[in-house]
Formats: sequence, structure tokens, C-alpha cells
Amino acid sequence: MATLNVLILVCLGYVVLLFGVAFAADRMAVAGRGKWLRSPLIYTLSLSIYCTAWTFYGAVGNAARSGLEFVTIYLGPTLVMISWWWGLRKLVRVGRSQRVTSIADLLSSRYGKSNTLAVCVTILAVIGGTPYIALQLQSITLSFSIFAEADPSGLYREGSSVFWVAAGLAMFAILFGTRNLDANERHHGVVTAIAVESVVKLFALVAVGIFVVWGVAGGFGPMMERIDASEIGKWQVDAGRWTTFIFLSAAAFVCLPRMFQVMVVENDDEGHLRTAAWAFPLYLLLMSLFVVPIAVVGLDMLSEGSNPDLFVLTVPLSQGKDGLAMLSFIGGFSSATSMVIVTAMALSTMVSNHVVMPIWLNTHERVGSVPGDVRNIVLMARRISIAAIMALGYFYYSLSGGGAALASIGLVAFSGISQILPAMVGGLFWRGATRTGALAGLTVGFVLWIYTLLLPGMGAAWMPESVLLNGPFGIAWLRPQALFGIEGIDPMVHSVMWSISLNTVVFCVASLLSFPSPLERLQGAQFVNVFDHSVAPRGWTGSVAQSEDLMIMTQRILGTSPAQELFQREAELQGGRSPLPEPTPGFLARLERELSGSVGAATAHAMIGQIVGGASVSVEDLLAVADESAQLLEYSSQLEEKSAELSRTARQLRDANAKLTQISEQKDSFLSQVSHELRTPMTSIRAFSEIMRDTEGLSGEEQTRYAAIIHDEALRLTRLLDDLLDLSVLENGQVRLNLGDDTLRSVLDRSISSALAGTDQRLVVRRSKASERIPLQTDLDRLGQVFINLISNARKYCDADEPVLTISAHDVGGQLVVDFIDNGSGVPPDARSMIFEKFARVGGDKAGGAGLGLAICREIMHRLGGDITYLPGQGGAAFRVSLPLAYRQAAQ
Amino acid sequence: MSRKVLLIEDEPNIAEAIRFLLTREGWQVETHGDGADALQVIQGAQPDLVILDVMLPGKSGMDILRDLRALDDMKDLPVLMLTARGQSRDREMAENAGVSRFMTKPFSNAEVLTAVRDLHAQATQL
Repeated sequence: MATLNVLILVCLGYVVLLFGVAFAADRMAVAGRGKWLRSPLIYTLSLSIYCTAWTFYGAVGNAARSGLEFVTIYLGPTLVMISWWWGLRKLVRVGRSQRVTSIADLLSSRYGKSNTLAVCVTILAVIGGTPYIALQLQSITLSFSIFAEADPSGLYREGSSVFWVAAGLAMFAILFGTRNLDANERHHGVVTAIAVESVVKLFALVAVGIFVVWGVAGGFGPMMERIDASEIGKWQVDAGRWTTFIFLSAAAFVCLPRMFQVMVVENDDEGHLRTAAWAFPLYLLLMSLFVVPIAVVGLDMLSEGSNPDLFVLTVPLSQGKDGLAMLSFIGGFSSATSMVIVTAMALSTMVSNHVVMPIWLNTHERVGSVPGDVRNIVLMARRISIAAIMALGYFYYSLSGGGAALASIGLVAFSGISQILPAMVGGLFWRGATRTGALAGLTVGFVLWIYTLLLPGMGAAWMPESVLLNGPFGIAWLRPQALFGIEGIDPMVHSVMWSISLNTVVFCVASLLSFPSPLERLQGAQFVNVFDHSVAPRGWTGSVAQSEDLMIMTQRILGTSPAQELFQREAELQGGRSPLPEPTPGFLARLERELSGSVGAATAHAMIGQIVGGASVSVEDLLAVADESAQLLEYSSQLEEKSAELSRTARQLRDANAKLTQISEQKDSFLSQVSHELRTPMTSIRAFSEIMRDTEGLSGEEQTRYAAIIHDEALRLTRLLDDLLDLSVLENGQVRLNLGDDTLRSVLDRSISSALAGTDQRLVVRRSKASERIPLQTDLDRLGQVFINLISNARKYCDADEPVLTISAHDVGGQLVVDFIDNGSGVPPDARSMIFEKFARVGGDKAGGAGLGLAICREIMHRLGGDITYLPGQGGAAFRVSLPLAYRQAAQ
Repeated sequence: MSRKVLLIEDEPNIAEAIRFLLTREGWQVETHGDGADALQVIQGAQPDLVILDVMLPGKSGMDILRDLRALDDMKDLPVLMLTARGQSRDREMAENAGVSRFMTKPFSNAEVLTAVRDLHAQATQL
């Protein structure tokens, strides 16, 4: 008889064996050997994680209680595998192209990377997973108790054994599930260990079945007779329960975190699904083949009170087949451990990624810059999550008293996790599905599930009897097992019907009513049209075609010779067997770094991803590319701005240069004019002085005349120099105004007498002295200079027979205006525009003016704040001097 | 044989000085003070030599010279040009226009006389 100690030793030994398998598989995977590790067979076997201790023990119990109903649990996944193969393929493709780490990550990713949604799914998965964990605890504990009954030492106590089983499984899961730090990588070791466990549990169950059929019943024929005789053999189908259970098991097969882990996250090749589509149903068939015989024989042979859930153990024990019982125990243990390991791995990834890490990163923003830190934190978060999940399972077991049948606990878990289904399927096939819809649907389904199934199943402490019977606060239509007054349905069917249907309805309605964010739209398109967007994953071993593609791309980006050098260097590093390097992960990483220097990290990643096909381009990649492009655009617009600025500056410089050139030309022409004006009198002076010096016999009259010419020309020179100097001072603004007070009348008096002094010319000046009594405050000498110049001009140039100059003063629009109008022929119209320019002379008059007088007048009037203009249409030459009265007043 | 010089100069004092000098040398001197009709005056006067100022009212001496040289019977008429500006650019322009001799004001009387004699000697040798 096997003692508990032996049992524990066997368990430990089995665990060590599993570790060995996992370790070896990991080593082989790292070394790149062991292609069979990635074979469809291993994949199919790992899928059989679906069959837990519940299936191992509970199916027989279920068959004993409810007949063929247990088949539904196998029918659901079989239907999914066979008829929904394309849907699974889409799920796997999406999972791989988006690099999702869990089902929570999948939904979060689909609905615009919403962490709220991820947290909700995580909570749902943890709460839904808790009964399931409890189920494993219960099955192991029960199987222990069977052996304990037979153990004479009597050391076994149920309460403590549950705790130790929970603690042991937690340790086991922590050691197994958190060996690999990176959740994104495949856990080849774990998957291989699970495959081994699948074989063990199938072998154990089939062994017990064969023993029962041929060892106990005495062959196939007698067995069939027994079955026919028993209740189980009756074909009783409750359509409601069957439909519900088939649906539940199908939904759970897709939604369970551990199934998602092995089916999507650990998937190496979507082609494996093709094999799994027939191999996995076959596995389920084998698992279910002997369930009915074992149940029938158990019911026949064992006493009335014995637990049918444990027939797999108790039937061989009762026949004294300890070895077979032990094998059967190992099979159950196998089922429980594999389920716990993968569930713990999947849930802890979800908890640490979506709950712990966001919180931790928010509170420790700065420490996160050290990568080692985060790795340790992630690891610790996963370990603590596993421990916490196991603790939850333990508490659930303790609270529910472990009384409920295995099968019903499993179904509770199934219906909880199935609440994810509408959001997931909707997300995969309906672009209109939104985050709001997913959140609303999940919440409604989840709450209904807790209210109608989980709480009632946990006993009176959680849901008082009165609530079950009369509804909360006596509201009858809110009774947990008869919502809206619909009574008489099986509680499970009732709960599933309401939670799933309302979940779906709310999901659809809320999706239709809400608007998706841009990221959601993008992700929605990526998910729904995943086959349009992604290339089927290809293996990259030995594909020289890929190397060529990479080479072509690299040449385009880096240029021909740098790209060739890079590839040649890499080929030499790899041993130089071929001219092109193999696209090993290391080489690809280096290449990506090299390219990212030229085109940005995101673009480089996306480009290599496209060629190697390991992962298609995700929205994050595209957004990163867009960000980089935006930066480039911004940079180029900055460049454009700079270039515009430069051309503006260049234009300004050109303008300045043109101005300088113009000034220089003006200066040249001015100097040329000055030279001419100076040389002309000098020519006369020199010529006549030479004549007087060299010519003998000049008459006294001639001498006097020539001396007078020399004298006049010398005066002319002096005047010219004076004017030039005056003009230069005025133009440079260096002139200082000597402000004084006087009336216009007296200024005019002085100017007229000065201008007409010493000449015998008969210019008549007409004035209206009454209007000249205007007080002035200005530079009186300068103003007088202007007046003298104008009067002198009239005296010199007025060509009338009896020249008359009329001077009149007015107040025109706040300005003092003094007009000087003579009765000559005036200035011809075409010359008027230039008479105020330097060296401008009208007509051929040679009376000694250099043409600077009016230019000086204009400069003076500008200095005094006024102006001097030519007045057309006055008969003779007419000049208007204007001076602001405001200036005068302001100066007072 | 009477030698005739036409002096085109708008500055009366300079014109008087040159007239005095050349008259004493035996030239018959005619003066004209305007650029606009200078060409007609030259054609009408048929001088042996022209003294031409550059800065003339109405038409510049440079233009007069160019137009003069464009006439068939005026290609070999000796022209002495006087300018008060005296820049090298003016000299080039004058030479391109076909000037016979170019002088800058102020000049020495002897220079003018020498130039007039040389030009006349060259013209009569041809």
C-alpha cells in the first residue's frame, strides 16, 4: 500500500523530472537545435492544457451524475478547432503581428491600447481563474485524501494539506513560470514540459480505462452491456444545458488566459493550427473514450457514498492495483500542475504588465531609467502575482468548503472567462467595435456573472439564502437565479444566458453609440484586416533571398559601397561560407541599429520587419514612423525658413549695395560737376593772366578789362566754394540753427536791401506790408539767406522789360506762406523738376551762378521745418516759401 | 591764305581769351555759344579748324563731334576739344568720337597755340 510519504516523494520526483525536461528544452532552443520543439505535435499537446484535473477526475464524476453531459466539455473545443479554424488563425496572426503577451494585452491593443480595458480583463481573468485554481487544489487534495484513508499513519489532515498543496503549486509555478524574464519570448521549456504532462495524463487515463474495460469488465462486449444497463447509457439530452455547455467550453477554449498563452503567445507557426485542427480533437476523443466505462464500473463496484469524481483513483485502488492508482494519481497531478503553471504564468504576466508595472512606473518614474531595476521589479511582480493568485484560489476553496462538484466549479470559471468573448470576437471581426462598447459589455457580463453564479456558488456567507429566494431587499425580479422573473431554468444556463446575451447587446449598442479614437480606428483596421496588412510569418533560417532583399534595401539607404562593406564584414564574421551573411537575429539587430542611424529607429525596425517577416508593421511602428517624419518635416521647414531668411538678407544686401552704388555714382557725378565748376573760372583766370604776362603792348583799357575778368572769376570761385561748403554743412545736418524772434516784415526788409545793394538794376519789389506783421521765431539769418537768393534770382533772371517782383504772405492751412512772383517768362515746365537740384541751371546764362543757390534754399527750408516749391501758373517765375506756424508756436 | 577757326564755347570769358590769342596768331576767329545748332554753324562757316567745348548748353560737344564725323566732308576737319571735367573716360570717349586733339581746362595759352598750329600743319600737309 502506498503511503503518503511515498506519494509525496513520487510527486517531487515527477516535478524534478518536469524541471529537467523544461531545462533541457530551453537549452536546446538556445543552442538552436531541436526543431521538433517547434513541431505541430508539441503545439497540439500543449493545447491539451485545456484538460485539467477537472477533466481528468471531473469528467468521470460528471458522467456518473449527469450521464453523457460531460461530452459537451469536449465538444465545444472540438467544434472550435474544426469549424472555427480560420478564426483561430486570425487570432494567432493578430497576436503575433501585434506581439501581444496575453488576452488582456490583446483587447487593450485592439481598443486603442486602453490600459483600463486591460485592467478590467485582468481582474476578470483573475476572479474567473480563482475558482479554477481552487478546483485544482480540490482535486489534488481529494486524491491525497483517498490515499490518506488507506494510510495507517493517520497523519493526513485536510485543511493543512490544501494549504501545503497550494503553497507547493505556487512555488512550482514561480520556479517554472518566472524562469524566463521576457514574456514576449517563447517558453520552449515550459511548453515542452506541458506536452510531456499531456502525454502522461492521457497515458494514465487510457491505462485506467483499459484496465477497467479488459481487467474488470472482462472485455469490450461485456462493457457495452454494462453501459447499456446503467443509467448513464440513456441518451438524455437537456437541450438547454447541452447548448450552454458546448457554448461555454467553446468560448472558454478561446478566452481562457492559459489557452491564449499556449495557442497564441507560444505559437511558433500558424501552420501548426492546421495539424492541431484534427490532432487536438483526436486527443480529446482519446481522453473521453474511457470516461463512461470508468463511471459505469465505478458506480457498479463502489459503495453508494463514494465520490464519483475520484473513480479514476478509487476503482484501481479497490482492485488492489496500487501501481495503476499511482499512475492515475500522477496523471491527475500532471493535469493540475500544468494548468496551474500556465495559468499562473499567463495571469501573472497580465497582473504585472497591466496593474503592477503601470502603478510602479507612475510612482517611480526616475528609477525606471536603469533597465536592471525594471527587470527585477517585473520578476518580483510576477512572483508575487502568482503567490497572490494561488492564495486567492486557496481562500476560494476554503470559503466554498470544497463541497461543490468539480465539474460545476469548472463551469463557473468557464462562464466567467467567457464574458471576454463578445469583446474579443467583435474586436477581430467588427471594425465598429469600440473601447466604450468593450468596457460596457465586459462590465455588464462580469457583474451579472458574479451576481448570478459566483456569489450563489460560494455559500451563504457571501449570498444569504433570503436573497436567493426573495431577491435583494425583497425585489423578486432581481433574484440571482431567476432574473426578470424567468424561473425554472437551470442556474448555470440562466446565468450564462443573461450574462452573455446582455454583455453582447450592451457591447454592440455602446459600440454603435460611441466614437472610436484614431488609434482605435487604426488598430481596429489592423485587427479586422490582419491578413491584408501582414505577411505570413516565415522562418528566416538559411533564406539567402532575404539577405538579398536586405542588401538591396540597405544599399538604398546607406549607399552602395557602405552597404557592401557592412554585409561583407558580417559574412566574414559568420565564417565567410557565402558572400552574403545569413540573416541571424544578431546580424539583423546590428543592421537595424546601422539603418536607424540613417532613417530613424522606428522606420528601420519596420523595414527590416517587412523583409524578414518576423512581425508585420504594427500601428505603434507606423506612429513612430509618422513621428519621425513629422520631425523631419519640421526640420526641413526650419531649413526652408532659414533659407527664406537668407534670401531676404541677400535681397537687403543687394538693395543696400544698389543704394551705395547709386550714392557712389551721385558722388562721382557731383565731383565731376564740382571739377567743372572750378575749372571753368580757373581757365579764364589762367588764360588772361598769361595774356597779361606774355603780351607786350596791351592797351591800358585792355589791361583793365582783363584784370576785371580775372577779378570777377576769382570772386566766382570764392562764391562757389562758399556755396559748396554751405551745402555740405546743410546736407550733413551739422548746421546749428540760431533761433531768434522778429517779424516777417523786418526779415524781408533786410533781405531786399541786401539783395539789391550795389546793383544798378531796376527791379521793383511790391509788397503788402500789412500782411507781413507776422512774428517769427526761427533762424532769421538762414531765412533771410533764402529770401535774398530768391530776390537775387529775380533780379538776375527776370527777363521782363520792367521787372517786377511781388512778395505776398498768407496763412494757408496753419502754414506761413511767402510767395515770390516775378513778371518774367518763368521757368520752362520741363526744367521745373530739377531747378532745386545741385548744379542745375536753366538756360545758357553765365552770370556766375554755379546752380547751387536753390539747392541750398531747399536744404535750409527743410532744416527750418518748412519747404520751398515752384508755383506754376503765376505768369512769371514763382517760388513759394512755406514755414509751419505750428513750428513757430511750438518754439515760443 | 586766311586761316579760319570756329570756336564753340559757352563761357564768354574763355571764348574771349582764345579769340585774343588766335587773332594775334593770324587766325580768323568765329565764336558760337550754343550746342543745339553748332553742327549747322560748323557746316555753314566751313572753318579750317574747330575748337569745341564739351559742356555746352543744348547739345554736348561729344554728340556734336560724333554727328560731325558722320558727315562725309567733315571727316578730316581738325577738331580740338576742350573739357573742364578732365576725366580719362572723357578722353576715351572723345577719341572714339574722332577727336583730333584733346585738352583739359585750365590750359596754358602756349599749349593751345601749339596744338592749333600742329593740327593746321597736319591738315595742310595731307
